Amino acid sequence: MIQLKDLHKSYQMGNSSLHVLKGINLDIKEGELVAIMGSSGSGKSTLLNIIGMLDLLDEGSYELDKVLIKDLDETKAAQYRNRFLGFIFQSFNLINYKTALENVSLPLYYQGVSRKERQLKAMDYLTSVGLADWATHLPSELSGGQKQRVAIARAMASEPKLLLADEPTGALDTKTSYEVMDLIQKINNQGKTILVVTHEEDIAEMCKRIVKLKDGVIVEDKKVKQVLAAQYV
Amino acid sequence: MFSQDRWQEIFETIRKNKLRTILSGFTVSLGIFIFVVLFGLGNGLKNSFKEFFLDDATNTISIFAGKTSKPYKGFKADRRIEFDNSDLEDIKINFPFFLEYITPRISRGAVVKYKNEYDNYTTRGVAPSHQFAENTIIMEGRFINTLDINSNRKHAVIGRLVAQDLFDDENPVGQFIDMGGIAFKVVGVFQDDGGDNEERFIYIPYTTRQQIEKGNDKVDQIIVAFKPQLGRSGAVAFEKKLRKFLKEKKSIAPSDPNGLFFRNLTDALEQNQQFANVLQLIVTFVGLGTLIAGIIGISNIMVFVVKERTKELGIRKALGATPKSVIQMILQESILITTISGYVGMIVAVLLLKNIGDGLEDYFIKNPYVDLSVALFATLILIIFGGIAGYIPAKRAASIKPIIALRDE
Repeated sequence: MIQLKDLHKSYQMGNSSLHVLKGINLDIKEGELVAIMGSSGSGKSTLLNIIGMLDLLDEGSYELDKVLIKDLDETKAAQYRNRFLGFIFQSFNLINYKTALENVSLPLYYQGVSRKERQLKAMDYLTSVGLADWATHLPSELSGGQKQRVAIARAMASEPKLLLADEPTGALDTKTSYEVMDLIQKINNQGKTILVVTHEEDIAEMCKRIVKLKDGVIVEDKKVKQVLAAQYV
Repeated sequence: MFSQDRWQEIFETIRKNKLRTILSGFTVSLGIFIFVVLFGLGNGLKNSFKEFFLDDATNTISIFAGKTSKPYKGFKADRRIEFDNSDLEDIKINFPFFLEYITPRISRGAVVKYKNEYDNYTTRGVAPSHQFAENTIIMEGRFINTLDINSNRKHAVIGRLVAQDLFDDENPVGQFIDMGGIAFKVVGVFQDDGGDNEERFIYIPYTTRQQIEKGNDKVDQIIVAFKPQLGRSGAVAFEKKLRKFLKEKKSIAPSDPNGLFFRNLTDALEQNQQFANVLQLIVTFVGLGTLIAGIIGISNIMVFVVKERTKELGIRKALGATPKSVIQMILQESILITTISGYVGMIVAVLLLKNIGDGLEDYFIKNPYVDLSVALFATLILIIFGGIAGYIPAKRAASIKPIIALRDE
């Protein structure tokens, strides 16, 4: 699904340049649930942003579903994101003046799906995260866990090949975190490839594979026995 | 551009961000409102001024005959020059390029009677085009026409004050008045913005006047009007040529300062015109100023709006919005808001001006108005600049990476 070869990325900070990713090689198969771990500054968010086409790589190659992601202009990147990727952010990033249903249907709007179909589909996904009753509520009327579930429904709505979660539980308490992870595991079990960036051990252990980053290189890449979040819920 | 879906998205955004919408809409409305009202009041001021000073047509030259002061071609000095009908024809034939219209004027005093009322009035024997030279406004009936001229009809057009004095409340049109012992039928009543004196004249066909005076063809005074598009320099050139032509025809020495007298109204009115132009300049300046203030206002708001939406735009981009669709969304929204609110501001201002009407005449503001085209143009300018003001920050917002926009808390 994802093939990264010798990936480099630096940021220009005034006169000095900060070498954030120093040759990342990573191969992720379809249906995997991968945790990317590392302390802050290890480059894990940068890696996710490059995979998510929110940022550009300097050197190396990136293949997503056998498509070489290269020379992206903003328009192309937007189209790829819309077609291939679903995002889940730490701070949810819901549009605050739109209801839960409208937030979920937004990626479908950019796919050109008709209004009626959009709403039906969005409602399906909201139902699947257990928030059908909250469809007409604004994000400000939802709890953190509910917001994240709306965000997950939104990420799923465009039927992406890959879900990218950047600290999806970072703003949630433990119990809610496990609920969200439970949802992510269930989606993964349906065959969706998911990448989770986290620095929490217990969250990482709920994935099927852990990739540890330190100072811009992969220091550890291991398959783990998945801890089921459902047992804590 | 006109997909219903996109409009729906925009309407939703507008509906759910009422404060923002009202804020930017209000700026545009206010800008247009102030512009239209100020411009209208300025125009009102100009109208008053025009009424005071610019009553008559300004493109006329009056020619009077006098006595020569130099001998020429065998004629002695001190010879009286007189115009006649052939001069009118000759001017018409020789100066078609300059001439707009020409009319003689033969002024005579007369005692005018109707029933028991009578008074002394000045009668003017004129041609139909005299109406334009004096800006005579017909209140009732008609002015002297060509038929009157051709058949020397005893028809008279009387001033408003003449009608008031002689007829009281009676309708003068169709009645007969006695002018110096001859009966004239009143065919019209006129008013004139030039003041009371001008409304005490009585106009009759100049041919009738000539017939009464033993069938001569003499003319006191000739008024020629040049085509306004010739401008001042054209008028001066016309006057020069006309002078040369008439001097030759009347055998007056070219160097003789007397014999013919010209009064070119362009000279007399040049100053007034200049003052009117200054007024116009002030009106335009004030209008432009408010318009610029409006543009700055809407620009500020648009920059603020886009800034406020940076994060939302980042989210949209992460979800697959292309830069183009982001720009389009912001532009369409801003154009929609400015169009509607600009239109509202314009309508309210026009209604206000209409309501004021002549209510401010004491302050020298008469009939304030704004050309619809000017108001529409101003609205259009604001819409365009609102669009540009929205486009620049929108383009920037659309080109920043979503990751940066998302970080922007």
